[in-house]
Amino acid sequence: MKKITIAVACLLMAGTALQAQKYFTRDGNVAFFSSTPIENIEAHNSKATSVLDTESGRMEFAILIKAFQFEKALMQEHFNENYMESSTYPKATFKGAVKDWSKVNLSKEGEYPVIVAGDMTIHGVTQTVEAPGVITVKGDAIYAASEFPIAVADYDIEIPAVVRDNIAKEVKVTVAIDYQPLSR
Amino acid sequence: MSKFSLFLLLFTLSSGAVLYAQEDDLLALLGEEEETIEYANASFKTNRVINLHSLESTSAGVLDIKISHRFGTLNRGAYELFGLDNASIRIGGDYGITDQLTVGLGRSSYQKTFDGFVKYKFLRQSKGKKVMPVTAAILATTAIQSMKWQNPDRENYFSSRMYYTFQLILGRKFSENFSLQVSPTVVHRNLVKTAAEAHDVYAIAAAGRIKLTKRVALNAEYTYVLPDQLLPGFRNALSVGFDIETGGHVFQLHFTNSTSMIEPGLVTQTVETWGNGGIHFGFNVSRVFTVVRPKIQ
Repeated sequence: MKKITIAVACLLMAGTALQAQKYFTRDGNVAFFSSTPIENIEAHNSKATSVLDTESGRMEFAILIKAFQFEKALMQEHFNENYMESSTYPKATFKGAVKDWSKVNLSKEGEYPVIVAGDMTIHGVTQTVEAPGVITVKGDAIYAASEFPIAVADYDIEIPAVVRDNIAKEVKVTVAIDYQPLSR
Repeated sequence: MSKFSLFLLLFTLSSGAVLYAQEDDLLALLGEEEETIEYANASFKTNRVINLHSLESTSAGVLDIKISHRFGTLNRGAYELFGLDNASIRIGGDYGITDQLTVGLGRSSYQKTFDGFVKYKFLRQSKGKKVMPVTAAILATTAIQSMKWQNPDRENYFSSRMYYTFQLILGRKFSENFSLQVSPTVVHRNLVKTAAEAHDVYAIAAAGRIKLTKRVALNAEYTYVLPDQLLPGFRNALSVGFDIETGGHVFQLHFTNSTSMIEPGLVTQTVETWGNGGIHFGFNVSRVFTVVRPKIQ
């Protein structure tokens, strides 16, 4: 009897361990591009944090706004001071899931086009979003990539009249994550 | 079933439950984030408050072209359109060698003066991993007045045209909207008119900024010259103005009783007073150009 109990306990433990299979990164790449006839603006952030739950397909992101780097120092200052107000809203976050996670077979190498949906919070405003992405399985590694537009006005980011022609109303966001298994 | 087995089973089940509960916040699984150093930035909109240097430096690889005007004084009346018929100008450029080291050159029409400066920010206000309550910078300037000699017949030395200023700028961004700085200053004049005047003039300047909106700030600065160094008739300079920021430009519009826009004049040659309307309307226009683009990882 005792042996059976231990066996059951071990099984349960193994089950929990399997269920808790998580992947993460602390140096994910997130960039955005604004293009207008007058000026192209881009900024890169290589410090995005993300966790992917390979059991359920849920994923979360946290991105430090101050870690976005611009080519022009003044733009970076204005981005933080005037547009994103990064002292008040230091992070952008995403909480959601890969909707069609069942399509992704982690034991088989390949590229899996997916749809990611969830809540995106930028500048203190939360919006429900959906974006296409690609999950790539190669060996033990999981890569995730996505590209989607963000309408600046959806997040209450004001663009004053003087620079209205310099900043696009919709900026293109690219995400490239190299997930590592999370060991605990 | 023994008590031990039961305990083991319960423990396993409960630990599973705990894990399940945690999963509501995936990012929490990563634990505490590593703390980073967060430097205060944009304490002032540009590297000048009005006439005084602010604690800000020009960013590395950035050229900041400044064109500044001071009109005549308001008390000249309607005949001279309250001073607008006269203008004194300074054209200059500042360049950021690093984020902490700025150099600049300028030429003022007032007393036909060339000036140059080096400014080094040696402390940066920060919080997080490293806490530093203030920003501190040291400023060294040289000014060369190039007017014709008043007395060409006597032996004149080039060194007589030179003025030097050393200033320590200590400041803090107290909140998003309020910054304050204090600048102990010494101006050295190689040549003075009378023996009663000091060659080294000590002063303390203070300046503050209140951000009114995201793009408009109210600035004020005052320079207090310690007593018994200048002849009677010389005043302390008080300036009040607004910064208006539009993309790559900062427009500074202000009222000041100082005619000069650089330290030696500001500290030792201010003769007008606010009391009798000896106030100049003026503006500084700053436009930045990114000369060397930083590498983005």
